[in-house]
Amino acid sequence: MTNQNNGKSGFSRRATLRMMAAGGAAGLIAPNLLGKPAFAATPPETPTGRIVVGLSQEPTVFNPLMPHIEVDDGVDFSVFDALFRIDVDGVIVPNLATEVPSLENGGISEDGLNWRVHLRDDVTWHDGTPFTAEDVKYTLELIVNPDFRAWRTTGHELVRDITVVSPTEITWRMEEPFAPYLSFLTETFMVPKHILETEENLNEAAFNQAPIGTGAFKWGKRLAGDRLELVANPEYFGEGPYIEQLVFKYIPDMTVLYAQFKSGDIDLVGQAYITPDNYAEAKTLPDRVVTPEPKGSVESIYLNQDLPVFQEQAVREALYLAMDRTSIIDALYYGVPSPAETFMPPQSYYYNPDLPKQEFNLDRAREILDAAGWVPGSDGIREKDGLRLSFANSTTVGNHLREQTQQFLQQTFAEIGVEMKIDNLPPAVMWGDFWGQSQFDSVMVGITYLVGGDPDVTYRFHTDAIAAKGGSGSNNAQYSNPEVDALLIAGSREFDPKKRQAIYFKIQEIIRHDLPFLPLFVYTNVYGYKAGIEGFAVNSNTRTESWKAAAWYWS
Amino acid sequence: MPAFLLKRLMQSLVLLVIVSIIGFVVLNLIPGGPMAQYALDPGMTEADKARLAEQLGLNRPLLVQYFDWAWRLVQGDWGTSFRDGNPVLTVIGRHLFATFLLMGSSTVIAIGVGTWIGIRGATHRYSIFDYAATVGAMAALSIPTFWFGLIGIYVFSLKLGWLPAGNMYSIGDGSVLDYMHHLIMPSVVLALVHIAIWSRYMRTATLDAISQEFVKTARAKGVSERRVLMKHVVGNALLPMITLAGVQLPSILTGALVTETVFTWPGMGRLFLDSLGYADYPVVMGLLMFSAMLTIAGNLIADIVVALVDPRIRLA
Repeated sequence: MTNQNNGKSGFSRRATLRMMAAGGAAGLIAPNLLGKPAFAATPPETPTGRIVVGLSQEPTVFNPLMPHIEVDDGVDFSVFDALFRIDVDGVIVPNLATEVPSLENGGISEDGLNWRVHLRDDVTWHDGTPFTAEDVKYTLELIVNPDFRAWRTTGHELVRDITVVSPTEITWRMEEPFAPYLSFLTETFMVPKHILETEENLNEAAFNQAPIGTGAFKWGKRLAGDRLELVANPEYFGEGPYIEQLVFKYIPDMTVLYAQFKSGDIDLVGQAYITPDNYAEAKTLPDRVVTPEPKGSVESIYLNQDLPVFQEQAVREALYLAMDRTSIIDALYYGVPSPAETFMPPQSYYYNPDLPKQEFNLDRAREILDAAGWVPGSDGIREKDGLRLSFANSTTVGNHLREQTQQFLQQTFAEIGVEMKIDNLPPAVMWGDFWGQSQFDSVMVGITYLVGGDPDVTYRFHTDAIAAKGGSGSNNAQYSNPEVDALLIAGSREFDPKKRQAIYFKIQEIIRHDLPFLPLFVYTNVYGYKAGIEGFAVNSNTRTESWKAAAWYWS
Repeated sequence: MPAFLLKRLMQSLVLLVIVSIIGFVVLNLIPGGPMAQYALDPGMTEADKARLAEQLGLNRPLLVQYFDWAWRLVQGDWGTSFRDGNPVLTVIGRHLFATFLLMGSSTVIAIGVGTWIGIRGATHRYSIFDYAATVGAMAALSIPTFWFGLIGIYVFSLKLGWLPAGNMYSIGDGSVLDYMHHLIMPSVVLALVHIAIWSRYMRTATLDAISQEFVKTARAKGVSERRVLMKHVVGNALLPMITLAGVQLPSILTGALVTETVFTWPGMGRLFLDSLGYADYPVVMGLLMFSAMLTIAGNLIADIVVALVDPRIRLA
């Protein structure tokens, strides 16, 4: 990791601009909340102090290559390193590698098939053993080892002929060109060969309970059900660490998570952050910095394209016109999130800002349905060829904001003669086959579309990605458009960012027109931490607030 | 006695098998399963999830999975947690102390205070104290624990700042005093419900004992009222309480779901909730068997103790 991006100044500038842009008075207050001018604080010479991060889920998986959830990412990013990392602006920067391979520097061949990566020579594992290209080879091979319970395998399964040229140089060949692999490697943490090759059962290895990485923090101890303590790695080759101890504290109840932030028991609110209903109060708390930042996930009404009523463009368009998004955002979500038109997060380089803006217009919605031949029946619900314009919407039981949003939508949809029934399910039921095999009519769901910040969404929108029809991806809406299919393939084989941008702009345009899902808003996390913590920055290209705890320090 | 023990042991085994079958089937019938937690993981495809399910042996017939699990259990292998990769007994062991600390202290409070309220309510029947105790018990039983917990945090932690807002101890401290400081609020909140239960049972049992012939006889013999109460009334009123204690014994080790969540207490109750949420089958089944065994043991112990102290009962 390079020192060029010292999170401190980056954060205040970005946050201020963003809040100003949001138009709220919050933008004017933000600089004061930060307490002091950006140039005043400098990190300590030796790691000092402790920062306690409160999490609403417990980190339990410490082998970064095994299936894990968001909260585990914070541990992975702190204990391990990847070949590359993605910075706050979505730019891929070297981490264990000395440079990011590209067509220009010859790291990736013209046909996109042959990759060459140069590694740093000053990296050691936490036990003192030097890190070499052998570890990279071992890691990439372990992911596709059929006996190993690996997390994601997309991209890795295309890698062939891994060759260690020297301890600091490695090459491989890809079965087919796959541009997103560079981004995927930013979330592929390297594990030590010399430790894991002695393990008999890698799925239950001792390493998985006390990992050894190359990262800024070393494993301390874990108190199951309570917390995890990491300690500074003074030998770290990159920036930091500046704090002596990093603690992840598990607080299962969101109300209590916020209460402990107020009482000072935790220094920083991590996943799942401060809930919107507490935002107004939180920003008035003394000695606390509270800032909303958009994240990479989009809340939407997902429409199952297999349902006859949703196969008609007019219906999807009319429904989108009948969504009073402004009221939903302001009345239910306290004005925290911002409206969305696409799956692409606004801070992405590939975000298309020129998509048509949704309007709330019931008259126009009725016109469209009238024109399409949907006529109101005796009960006011429209019909066409014996088909009633009626469908169910599902979300997880107990999510009050979503349940209230459903009622909002139910009312405005009823006004245009559409019946939306509410059929909510417990999370375990919702996220099983009901979602995976597209057994729903429509769902209200927040989805992060990008993997490691890469714009490739083949697994979400390609025809071959419909699991319910035997595909291997997560195209749960069963969306199918040959033009998008072709563009997605082209995009995943294109290595030039400019050319890729044009492709993904076009994809967003078509999807905005086709409306396989009706976007509601971009999720915004409300981050909170004690005044005096410096170096904290939000990176929406990652899933965790602790993506760079190495840069944190107390002023 | 040995014949009785043998009979009970056999009954217990049958009971455990039935519990395990019902538990296993119900758990697997819940849609979703262990892969549901990755439903929204960007980049994790349905193919990845199918591969993992196969590696975990989840696509085998249910019967095969059950017998595999049961056979390992008989051999002493409780399985490995899907969620954190540790053996189930290790996982349970790591949460036992926290629960024992919390439930132990709240049980002591509940039995002490509950017994006293119950006796006093019975001896001062229809007094203001008795009415207040009745209303108080009703309130404690009908108001949810999480509400008491959150109000407690709001008043004593955020407003007054006397007590910590949950956690078992301060990070970086962990002295005995620190533990006790953190223990006050959750154990009292948890004890409230149990005080209510204990005081109601104790009141009824005391009233029952007071109206017995031997109490009248004792009084007729001129025994002091205090001695009548302590020796003849309370002693006999406590007998049914032994059975109640036996039934409640398992909860000392299985924990309190709500209280542990509100006070971020790393105990067994929360482990159960979390394991259920992640469909961590081995841990859920482990906890189920663990509490079933404790329940059976608690009842058995209560029966034996009652037989030992109550000469009217003979075990056969």
